[in-house]
Amino acid sequence: MNLGPHADFIIAAYAVTIFVIAALIAWVVLDYSAQQRILDGLEERGITRRSQRKS
Amino acid sequence: MPVIDLANPTRFLNVVNRVLPWLIAATLILFVIGLYRVMNAPDDYQQGATVKIMFLHVPAAWLGMFGWGLMSIAALGTLVWRHPLADVAGKAAAPIGAAFTFICLVTGSLWGRPTWGTYWVWDARLTSMLVLLLLYLGVLALYWTAEDPSRGARAAAVLSLVGAVNLPIIKFSVDWWNTLHQPASVFRMGGSSIDPALLTPLLIMALAFTLLFLTLHLAVMRNEILRRRVRSMRLLQAQKLAEASA
Repeated sequence: MNLGPHADFIIAAYAVTIFVIAALIAWVVLDYSAQQRILDGLEERGITRRSQRKS
Repeated sequence: MPVIDLANPTRFLNVVNRVLPWLIAATLILFVIGLYRVMNAPDDYQQGATVKIMFLHVPAAWLGMFGWGLMSIAALGTLVWRHPLADVAGKAAAPIGAAFTFICLVTGSLWGRPTWGTYWVWDARLTSMLVLLLLYLGVLALYWTAEDPSRGARAAAVLSLVGAVNLPIIKFSVDWWNTLHQPASVFRMGGSSIDPALLTPLLIMALAFTLLFLTLHLAVMRNEILRRRVRSMRLLQAQKLAEASA
């Protein structure tokens, strides 16, 4: 595939897009595991939501 | 399951957990097909290979606007029905929409330099798109800095509705004003002016990016629901400690 005389611009555009999307995905994945970890910790200490308690 | 059941956050989380793996797989498959078609797409007779930037720039522009449209609909749910999931949906769309708007501006700038001879001009399309990014940053600031999350959500919902005025301005800026940016070439009266050899990969990439947006949106919504659970449980914990020490 020949990208011609403006290959730098094309490669830069794809690189920026990949970087931004990868950062977004990493943030989503890390945030999910962080929230799960905190929730598990709270439940281990006996803190439950009202909807989880047995009436 | 009736659609109204999804309004319950726990049921919504169950559906998201089931749907996400399928959405991820469909997104990956579409990207593989789309990128294969992009690599084999012919060069433009005027722009040469720089037309390959179009396959990123155009879907990013569409999704930047789509994200704000989604936030505006969610804002109605927040302000009119005060439904917590509507606020979750609006808040989740903001960072993703901002990211796609940023990609649109950067790739457009990188496409503009070899095509127009400049990275940036203050024409109506480029400026209104920059305004959209600034609006996204404003909404994110409201969400992330408000001491009371419900007040921050209402303020962000109002800004989302007011900012929706910018969407038709972006869309029709190339018709209303004399701009360096080209007029609409995909969705226009009389059909697309793009050759099918370039249009087909563009539409496949647009579909792949749209699925990526929806996948990320559902995942961020799930995170936000969990974050709110953490907040309510910490408040309960603080209440228990206060009662024990009293």
